Amino acid sequence: MTAVIKLENVHKTYHTGEVDVLAVRGVTLEIASGEFVAIMGASGSGKSTMMNIIGCLDRPTEGSYFLDGVDVSHLDRDELAAIRNKKLGFVFQGFNLLSRTSALENVELPMLYTHDRLSSAVQREHAIHALQIVGLADRADHYPNQLSGGQQQRVAIARGLVNHPAVLLADEPTGNLDTRTSVEVMGVFQKLNEAGITIVMVTHELDIAAFTKRNVIMRDGLVVNDTPVERRSVAEVELRRLEQAQQAVKLSA
Amino acid sequence: MRITATLRMALRALRRNKMRSTLTALGIIIGVGAVIAMVGIGNGAKSQVETQIASLGQNVVLVFAGNWSSSGVRSGWGGAGTMTVDDALAIAREVPGVISVSPEVRDHQQILAEGQNWYTTILGEGPDYLDIRQWPLQDGAMFTDQDVRGTTKVCIIGKTIVTQLFPGENPVGKTLRIRDIPFKVLGVLSPKGLSVMGTDQDDVVIIPYTSEMKRVSKRTNLGSINVQSASPDFSDSVQKSIADLLRQRHRLGQGRDDDFTIRGQQEIADAATATTRIMTVLLGAIASVSLIVGGIGIMNIMLVSVTERTREIGIRMAVGAHGRDILLQFLIEAITLSSLGGVIGIAMGIGSAKLLSAIAGWPTLVSVSSVVLAFLFSAAVGVFFGYYPAQKASRLDPIDALRYE
Repeated sequence: MTAVIKLENVHKTYHTGEVDVLAVRGVTLEIASGEFVAIMGASGSGKSTMMNIIGCLDRPTEGSYFLDGVDVSHLDRDELAAIRNKKLGFVFQGFNLLSRTSALENVELPMLYTHDRLSSAVQREHAIHALQIVGLADRADHYPNQLSGGQQQRVAIARGLVNHPAVLLADEPTGNLDTRTSVEVMGVFQKLNEAGITIVMVTHELDIAAFTKRNVIMRDGLVVNDTPVERRSVAEVELRRLEQAQQAVKLSA
Repeated sequence: MRITATLRMALRALRRNKMRSTLTALGIIIGVGAVIAMVGIGNGAKSQVETQIASLGQNVVLVFAGNWSSSGVRSGWGGAGTMTVDDALAIAREVPGVISVSPEVRDHQQILAEGQNWYTTILGEGPDYLDIRQWPLQDGAMFTDQDVRGTTKVCIIGKTIVTQLFPGENPVGKTLRIRDIPFKVLGVLSPKGLSVMGTDQDDVVIIPYTSEMKRVSKRTNLGSINVQSASPDFSDSVQKSIADLLRQRHRLGQGRDDDFTIRGQQEIADAATATTRIMTVLLGAIASVSLIVGGIGIMNIMLVSVTERTREIGIRMAVGAHGRDILLQFLIEAITLSSLGGVIGIAMGIGSAKLLSAIAGWPTLVSVSSVVLAFLFSAAVGVFFGYYPAQKASRLDPIDALRYE
C-alpha cells in the first residue's frame, strides 16, 4: 500500500511574543491509502497543529510533508489552496456550513473553486451523488437551520467528499453531537472507509477513536504511541446496544 | 471562479441584508442623484445663455464707435463720433470674408399710435439687419435698399410694441408716430426674448438708418456697425481687416488709440458662458462630496460584513478558495451596491431635474455624457471603497478565520 500522507521529522514552532512555542517537535508518520486513523491527545499535545499541517492549512517550520506523493511543505498560499481543493476534504467540529445556503449548494461549494470547472449541471449531479452517499439526498433543498446536528455533519461530510479527495480530514467531528448521533456519524465514516476512502480524524474521546483502525497518540508535540485498534467498535452494533439500553430504561420506568 | 457565480453570490449576500444594503446604496443614490441634478441645472443655465448668444445672430462681428478725449476730458463709448456710413460701406466693399453689413444708430423716443404712447428703442438699420441677427419676421415684410436710399418713413416693430400700442390688432399697415413723424408699420418681428444682458429685445422699432439719421435724431455718425462674416473661421481675419481699414480711414497714426471697439460673437459668448460654467463645476463639486460620503458608507458596511463573515471566508478558503476569489467576491458586492445605487441615483437625478424645471421653471439639461460619467464614477467609488475591505478579507488566515466566533 502506498503512503498517502508521509510526514518526515516535522516541526512547528510558533513565535508568539518572547517565548517560542514548540507545538510539534519532530513527528514522522506515514498513513497509507485506505487507512482510518485517529490522532489523539490532550489539549496542548500538538494534535490540532498536526491536523492543520496535514490539512495544508499551515506549513511545517521544519521537515517535509508529502501528500499523495507531492511535497507540499514549501508551497505558497494559493498552491496550498489548490491542493486543499483537489486532495483534501474537511469535516469540522462546528459543521461550518454556510448558513442560509441550501445543503446542495453547501456541497457544491468546493467545486466553485476547482481549477477545471464543471458545468453547473454536472456540479449538481456530483453534489447530489455525494448527498446520496451520506443518505441525505432527500434534504438537498433544506437549509442548515432546518437540519439536525447529525444531518448537518453529514452534509459537511458530503461537502468533503464531493471533489473525490485523497484524504478526508475530520477535526473532532463528534464534538458537538450527542452519543447516539456521534455513533451514527461514525457509522458514516466507517462505511466510507470500507468503500476505500482514507480518513484521518482528530479526537480526544477514546470511545470515538475505537471506531477507527489505528490510533496515534500525541503528547507534548511528539507521537508517543501508534497502535492498531484491536477491539474495534462497529457503529451498527453500538447503535443496537444503545437502543436496547434505552428500551431497558423505558421498561424499568 | 466564474464571474456569474460570484455575481450570484454577491446578489444573494446583499439580499440577505435588505435593509442594510438599501441604506448603504442610499448614500450612493443621493450622491449620484445630486450630481446628475446639479450638473443638469448648471448645463440648463449654460444652454439658456447659449441660446441667448445664438440670438445675437450668426458669425456676427460688432464694431462700436469708440471714445474720444480732448485735453483730458474723455467721452463715453460712441462719443468719438467718427464712425460714418461711409465706414460701413467701405467695410462691406473692402474687407474679404464679409457677407453683409448693417450700419446701426440707436435712439430712445416716445412713440404714439391710436391714442397709446410708449417709450422705446429706435434702431436705425440696414435692410440686411434681420438676416445678420437671424431674426425672422412674424408678419409683413422688411424694408428694402430702396427705403434706405429714399429715407422712407417705414418701420418694423417688435412684439412688445404690438402689445403696448396695438393690443389685439394686426398692426401691419397701421401708422405710428416717432417725434410726430408718421411711420408705416411694414412688419412684425417674431419674439426673441431677453438678451444676454437681460433687456427685452422685443421692445424695439426698427427703421431705415437713413430715415433715423435724417428725420429722427438728426445725427451724422453711426453708433455701431453689425458685420456678418462668411464663417466662424473668418471671424479673426475679418476683425483685424476692419481694424486696419478703420484706422486708415480715420487717419490714426502709430501710437494713437483706436476710436472704435470690435467684438466677435465668440468673445461675447465666452464671457457670458464663463459664469455658468463656473456654476456648473461648483454645483458638481458640491454634489461629488455627497458621492464620496456614500462611498465611505459602502466601505464601512463592507468592513462590517467582512468581520461578520469571517467564518464563511474561512470555510471558503479551507475548501480551496484562493485569496483573489475572496477579493473578487467582496469587491463585486461593493461594486454591485454602488452601481445599483448609481442606476437608481441617475433615475432620481433625472426625475428631480425634471421636477425642478416643472416647479421652479429652471431650465435643466441632463446630458448623456453626465449620465454615463455618473454611472462610471459610482462604479469606481465601489471599486475604490470596496477594495480595502475585500483585500482585508482575502488576506485572512484560514485557520484563524475558521476559529473566529
